[in-house]
Amino acid sequence: MSTPEQNAPVHTAGAAEESRPSLSALLLDPSFWADWASVVGLVGLVIVFGIAQPVFLSIANLQALLLAAAILVVLSIGQTFVVATAGIDLSLAAAVMLGAIILGLVDAAGYGIFLACALAVAATSAVGFLNGVLITAGKIPDFVVTLGTLSGVTGLGLILSGGEPIMVGSTFLLRLASGSLGPFGYPVWVAIAAVIVAHIALYHTRFGVHLLATGGQVESAGALGIRTNRVKIAAYTISGFCAGIAALLLVARIGSAEPQINTSLLLNSVAAVVLGGVSLFGGRASILGPAIGALMLTALVNGLTLLSVSAFYQPLAVGAIVVLAALIMRYQK
Amino acid sequence: MSAVHHIPPSEAILACQGLSKHFGSIRAFTDVAFQARRGEVTAVIGDNGAGKSTLIRCLVGVHVPDGGEIFFDGQPRPFANPDEARKAGIETVHQNLALIDELTVAQNLFLNREIVRRIGPFALLDRKAMKQQARAMLSRLSINMPSVSQRVRRLSGGQRQAISICRAAGSGAKVVVMDEPTAALGVQETANVEALIRRLREQAVSVILVSHNFDQVRRLSDQIWVMRAGRMVATVRSSETTGNELVALVTGAA
Repeated sequence: MSTPEQNAPVHTAGAAEESRPSLSALLLDPSFWADWASVVGLVGLVIVFGIAQPVFLSIANLQALLLAAAILVVLSIGQTFVVATAGIDLSLAAAVMLGAIILGLVDAAGYGIFLACALAVAATSAVGFLNGVLITAGKIPDFVVTLGTLSGVTGLGLILSGGEPIMVGSTFLLRLASGSLGPFGYPVWVAIAAVIVAHIALYHTRFGVHLLATGGQVESAGALGIRTNRVKIAAYTISGFCAGIAALLLVARIGSAEPQINTSLLLNSVAAVVLGGVSLFGGRASILGPAIGALMLTALVNGLTLLSVSAFYQPLAVGAIVVLAALIMRYQK
Repeated sequence: MSAVHHIPPSEAILACQGLSKHFGSIRAFTDVAFQARRGEVTAVIGDNGAGKSTLIRCLVGVHVPDGGEIFFDGQPRPFANPDEARKAGIETVHQNLALIDELTVAQNLFLNREIVRRIGPFALLDRKAMKQQARAMLSRLSINMPSVSQRVRRLSGGQRQAISICRAAGSGAKVVVMDEPTAALGVQETANVEALIRRLREQAVSVILVSHNFDQVRRLSDQIWVMRAGRMVATVRSSETTGNELVALVTGAA
């Protein structure tokens, strides 16, 4: 995994220094490829698509690719926190839909776009919190709980919206979707900010260590006084919060709140996490890995589209890559 | 042989009197008196099911006893949970070691006691300080570890045991409680852990040791307490007993 401390030379108590493995040894080690699967995959895709369709490497296309990836990056980060506790959040895409609809309804009711955004994020965070409480206090498997909230939240979204899309004509959201700062559009900056904040939370705070400890060995973490239930609830709440941010980006991107779930968002968020080298058994995670995994999946769809491959083949390609990545992961240390 | 061997309270760091615990209709132990002297290694021996582990778990707050009193440092101190005992200065080396495989040696040594730097409202981990102190903790107990940045998953059973003991001792604990610390170890690793326990004793840490191994108990401990079928049946000075006597006490043949 990509913890910075792992490669740093370490002076030990009266023992020899840990020798750094040579580059050739590194390249022959299958676990190296497993750890860096998402990076290797992304580089591979960029090379292949760049040769097959030079337009792929144009600045305009790369910017469009990053813009398209922003939502998935944010969702993958949320999913990473949950998977790091050895859980899974299947309600992620449903929460995005609920967030979008609440945003649309509050905005349409004339309460202003900022309150609408705040309530949308609050609602999706509450869905995450509810997931966490049901899983820990209710002692119900994560899979079952989030499958239940997936359905429940979808229903709630349909009831609230009456099944009709809600137009959101806010200049704030329009600017969020189309404006840019330097080389990147605002949504890309939002995703970059999310990556940085999540990376710091995971690697540089007590919460991050406790999260990995909870995901690694929950009994041991509990024996040392870590409140593992709280940690899990926090992870699901973070996942819900990320769904809220994704909902803002989504509504900004398409200009309306659609009462339908984008199932590929859910599947791709799990796929990005797997590609990013995060262990589905918990205790082992990075933020950069899933973020690059999300980029890679978006690049795959983008490249196939540029090559005029039918959209029907895209899920097939994503599925094949995820299973391949999972196979490579078996060689992880 | 008297079942209760009175020690002046000032000498006892951890003690109990009239302690009982049952789970439903099953009695784990009844009316147990026990004392661990300050700065000594105190062993608790007994056959499987004699109630040793449950007694220890009551003393460190994992179980709440049904009756009787617990004294820590001369004061009545019932611990409601292991966290309270830990805060008072009683550290437990759990039978499963309570290590997190995917975290590093340094992260495990400081788990839930992380050192942080405050930057405005945020508290960030001070990894450098933790690694340095981790090395210091290991070298104080002469534990040889290639790197404190290594994941615990890759360590041997003896090294893992050493880290778990080091974590318990490293936080300024007054009492370190160990349940069968060498049960799963090889000959060399057992010797290393025994040396570690002697070093703890040299540093005036009181140790309570639960063990099956009578030879080990006689080598390591100062005082031995014997449990049989849920009762504390005897206590002897290690220097004044023999292996045969211990076998007799444990089996009830005496």
